[in-house]
Amino acid sequence: MFIYNAPIEKLIALDNNIFLLQVYCPEIASVIQPGQFLNVKVSEGVFPLLRRPFSVCDVEGESLFLMFNILGEGTKLLAKKHIGETIDILGPLGNGFNLQGSFDTAVIVAGGLGAAPFPYLIRKIGDEKNIKCFVGGRSSHYVIQYGMKNILTSTDDGSLGYKGTVVSLLRENLTSIISSKPKIFACGPNAMLRTLKEFTIENNIECEASIECVMACGFGICQGCPIETVDKPEKYSLVCKDGPVFNVRDVVI
Amino acid sequence: MSKVDLTVRVGSLKFRNPILLASGTVGYGNEISDFVDLNKIGGIVTKSLSLKPRKGNPPQRIVETPAGMLNAIGLQNVGVEEFLKEKIPFLKKFDVPLICNIAASTVEEYVECTRLLTSEEFIKGFEINVSCPNVKEGGLQFGNDLSAVGKITQRVKAVTNKPVFVKLSPNVSYISEFAKVVKEEGGDAVSAINTLVGTSFNINTRKPKIFNVFGGLSGPAIKPIALAKVLEIKQKVDIPIVGIGGIMNWKDVVEFMIVGASAIQIGTLNFIDPTASGKMVSDLENYCIENNIQKISDLTGSFILQN
Repeated sequence: MFIYNAPIEKLIALDNNIFLLQVYCPEIASVIQPGQFLNVKVSEGVFPLLRRPFSVCDVEGESLFLMFNILGEGTKLLAKKHIGETIDILGPLGNGFNLQGSFDTAVIVAGGLGAAPFPYLIRKIGDEKNIKCFVGGRSSHYVIQYGMKNILTSTDDGSLGYKGTVVSLLRENLTSIISSKPKIFACGPNAMLRTLKEFTIENNIECEASIECVMACGFGICQGCPIETVDKPEKYSLVCKDGPVFNVRDVVI
Repeated sequence: MSKVDLTVRVGSLKFRNPILLASGTVGYGNEISDFVDLNKIGGIVTKSLSLKPRKGNPPQRIVETPAGMLNAIGLQNVGVEEFLKEKIPFLKKFDVPLICNIAASTVEEYVECTRLLTSEEFIKGFEINVSCPNVKEGGLQFGNDLSAVGKITQRVKAVTNKPVFVKLSPNVSYISEFAKVVKEEGGDAVSAINTLVGTSFNINTRKPKIFNVFGGLSGPAIKPIALAKVLEIKQKVDIPIVGIGGIMNWKDVVEFMIVGASAIQIGTLNFIDPTASGKMVSDLENYCIENNIQKISDLTGSFILQN
């Protein structure tokens, strides 16, 4: 874990109110793994007071990329940052995705801003495995395809791609997924992850998901981000320290 | 050798400087030790311990508010037995006074926890949490009851020779009345303040943002209230005070000491900048040098009220 004042190198506005922030942070860039996250203080003062967690979106050389949409006061401030200004980054935090194993195809399942951790994961996998991406959102506006490969899209309203949830889209493609010796890597709203968990258990597909949770510190001292595990229901684990990536079979989502 | 004497006393306990780390904001020391040299800070107060492990509240436990945060962790902790077996050995690697914070649902549980912990030599004192707002039993219902606070103080003191601080609730009309009872029943100091009861609702769903509905407000938003409570105690009762509430920098430490705190605790700030408490020590020393203060303890209660 490091704390750095990382200079902003670039702020890129993608479509749909989505931003990519590129910061220079060689210490973290050299060690962070896909699925790990950063806890960022976007201002120096007490507004906003707490850090904001962001999964690492990508790494290029000594630079980190964070993906965000303007949701609250913190991200509003972040979108107004200028090149050369610094942000205070704590990281790398948590446990990332396990890219080792006997699968042939990495199946990415992303809902909305759940797309954030995958450009880096796809970069890390490189040509070693096949990659298939299933990207969903409420409407075309919420479907983020940045950094993805071999994409199938879904929207709840049918404005882009398959009409329905991204898990329904997976179901439609079950035969080809199963035959590709898959492992699923997922991130998105809890409702999506719950149905995905059922789907992967029914079909005996290994699945890791990055779980989102409100937290303060990001490294275990505030105890603000509990998650129940299947094997120890009498005791909470913490999303920040024990996750944020879990095997979906292990946790109660 | 420091040019300024930064040591402070709280009752019979001596700390190398007035900066302690507050209960519930540093767990059992291991995570924070990556950021702060625990050999340099004044002391550390553990996460509240209960007799048996507590699971704590379901999520959502935390919500940010203007210049503050609400938390309702629900006293999640490993329990006294596992603390002694699994957590103390790590803390023993450091030269830092350890205060054990105890939270319980009954008077008997406070007593039993203290009895079990007091034989551990590394524990230098106790902080009795009679004011947690986030659990259904015990907690605040004790903190609002003068006779209960008195009884807990007296019964806990009866089973330990170590100093006992009682952490007071600000959710009362006159906090000094509680400090008075603590003193009368033999308590060594009061910690003031615990969090303030608050809540926050989602205007779209009309549901509370925190599972527990109510949470404890902390952070810089509560600092003026905490200062007023410390001052009230200082003016009414002759008992050492450990000041807590929204301290964000060394200036806040000085302010708490001026209104009456002998030592202070850093809480919410640990979540934001876990290195902050370590950096404050040299800033405090510089302040003392610039203001020709030889002993930082001379600041305690040095307020001047007339204009």
